[in-house]
Amino acid sequence: MTDVTAPAVATPRSQRPKGWYKRNEIAVTPWLFLIPGILFFSVYVIIPIFQSFYVSLFEWNGLGDIAEQGEFVGMQNYAELVGDRNFEISLWNNLKWLLLYLLAIPAGLFIALFLNQTVVGIRLYKSLFFFPFVISQVVVGLVFSWFYLPNVGLLNVILQFFGFESVNFLGDPDVATYAIIAAGLWPQTAYAMILYLTGLNAVDPEQIEAARLDGAKGHKMLWYVILPQLRPATFIAFVVTIIGALRSFDLISIMTNGGPFGSTRVLSFYMFEKALSEYGFRMGYGSAIAVVLFLIMLVFIGYFLYSMWRDEREARH
Amino acid sequence: MSILKKSMLALTASTMLAGTAFADGHSNLEGTLRIISDMSNPAPRAAMEGLAADFDEMHPNLTVELEIVDREAWKSQIRNALSANPPDVINWYAANRMRPYVDAGLFMDISDMYANGDLPGLEAVQGAMTLDGAQWGVPYTYYQWGIYYREDIFNELGLEEPETFEQEIANCQVIVDSGRACYAIGSKFLWTAGGWFDYLNMRTNGFDFHMELATGQASWMDDRVRETFANWRTLIDMGAFIEDHQTYSWQEALPFVVNGEATAYLIGNFAVPHLREAGLTDDQIDFYQFPMIADVPMGEDAPTDTFHIASGAQNVDAARAFLQYVTSAEVQTEINGPDALGQLPVNANSSVADDEFLQQGFEMLSQNASGGIAQFFDRDFPAEMASAGMEGLQEFMVFPDNLDDILERLEATRERVYE
Repeated sequence: MTDVTAPAVATPRSQRPKGWYKRNEIAVTPWLFLIPGILFFSVYVIIPIFQSFYVSLFEWNGLGDIAEQGEFVGMQNYAELVGDRNFEISLWNNLKWLLLYLLAIPAGLFIALFLNQTVVGIRLYKSLFFFPFVISQVVVGLVFSWFYLPNVGLLNVILQFFGFESVNFLGDPDVATYAIIAAGLWPQTAYAMILYLTGLNAVDPEQIEAARLDGAKGHKMLWYVILPQLRPATFIAFVVTIIGALRSFDLISIMTNGGPFGSTRVLSFYMFEKALSEYGFRMGYGSAIAVVLFLIMLVFIGYFLYSMWRDEREARH
Repeated sequence: MSILKKSMLALTASTMLAGTAFADGHSNLEGTLRIISDMSNPAPRAAMEGLAADFDEMHPNLTVELEIVDREAWKSQIRNALSANPPDVINWYAANRMRPYVDAGLFMDISDMYANGDLPGLEAVQGAMTLDGAQWGVPYTYYQWGIYYREDIFNELGLEEPETFEQEIANCQVIVDSGRACYAIGSKFLWTAGGWFDYLNMRTNGFDFHMELATGQASWMDDRVRETFANWRTLIDMGAFIEDHQTYSWQEALPFVVNGEATAYLIGNFAVPHLREAGLTDDQIDFYQFPMIADVPMGEDAPTDTFHIASGAQNVDAARAFLQYVTSAEVQTEINGPDALGQLPVNANSSVADDEFLQQGFEMLSQNASGGIAQFFDRDFPAEMASAGMEGLQEFMVFPDNLDDILERLEATRERVYE
């Protein structure tokens, strides 16, 4: 650089034109890191969503090529859904799941408040309460289907001890769905509990102290001081519970297999039955159900994304 | 030089023989034979592994690759297995259960093997393998359905094997009065209810009407169908079936028979090993044919399990040779023996195992099934009709009053499925 005698063609290093990557480093690098994620997300999530839309316009049994074996029927699958009683039952059951599954949040909060104290061995108690979330849904389903067995199941033994008739919880079409939701609440409550326990660690002791000095106690303290500070935990608990309710499948498959006579199906299970199960050869119809389920989920996911975006924007200002 | 020449000759010979798919081409088979089997229960699994090993040993230049898939899982996995990189030979079921795969061109047409005598002794069972006038595989085992009952309890109550429906009902009344249920059934997975419908319908209206219903020619709103359900209702109303059956699988309903809470079970012969394992001796269990209702020739359910060649098979010659091997009289006797599958051999030249139930079943099917042999509700009816149908049957068993509604639904399904 300081060498004046050097030929004029040798441009100083700092002024030499930089490579394309060097020039755009700041803009490009994040995308490079994102590529694997974007790639897998589109192949396994985004593209299949559009494929579902596409397949739902066909009558196709899932064997062979859709272009050759499938028959284009337009919106006919959707028209059939409207008059399909099993679809209606599944939709209502999904609604029951959505509403009743939310009970996991107050229940989880209650247990978390109860366990949020310093007693000898509290870690052990906490992990015992968390245990149902650790075991697989399939095992939960099996355990509960034994628990509910008519005559010999634990629950019915207890009922009979108190002089009640034996109830076939999973065999009665009016009761079965609620019985499965109750089984689902067991691990979901544990999940909500762990979210609240971590939330409670972050509660500001000074604010509680201040509230105490002002005479706040009991549920007033809980409602006006603790809960507002637990808002992030509540939000996450809502998200995972609602998504969990809409994805309910394993428990139904294990405990009733959709029965008795289809009364415990939800949309995801009905979709599986129509398109992929032993007797299911209607890919188009199944896809139409999947699309409806997707649209329902989209409402919630859209809302969650919006509120997250809103919170972030507020945090920046 | 001469060695080279010889092996060259052998090679040409093998390709020529393979081209004609002749049994004598055996020892010249080469490459790999890929089999996916659904025989996952312990005894069938051992039988299948034995088959593969023996076949492998017979053909020094051939490697047999056997993959055993869980039997229930295979029912939905088969479509993936056949679509991408298909194996050479697979297991499946006869009759209409083959339909989707035949229509999609995934099973290989092996009609020529039946036509040119490659499969001697299979003439009688050919019908179950025929769709659209061609044959799509070979059977390897079948079994009878019927009423398996507690002989000791029948003796205790002074009952005899019934031959007519009136006797059946009279027997059942005695059984119910003794505080037991007449029939165990677990309808959680629906198909067991299909067995009851098959028999009641075949006995009430005959085999031909049953098949008309299966092929969509007859309507579910037909009065004859109602007659079948009326007969069924007679049994339901008298408390013949165990309670809460919609919650149990067929295995979970077995203890009712074992403990004597129910005296009989309409089921396939596959239930017998389970009853024996549970401690019942052959003096305690016996078998009778489903009794006569109307004066029509008796039709029977005898589901057949099968082998097929995938149309995308890589080693077709070996696959064909394997099908011949499996269905040959000797192998049939061996794999259906009491130590292996414990079922009925499909080859007419095989011998039936010396087993009380197999002998009775074989006699029933060969001498007293003049109406015809059906496969089973979910194999004779198209998949979608079968699934809607069995759900309706289960509902009927729990709420017989819903019959009108159930039949309307089934009729709507029929109109769509067979269009």
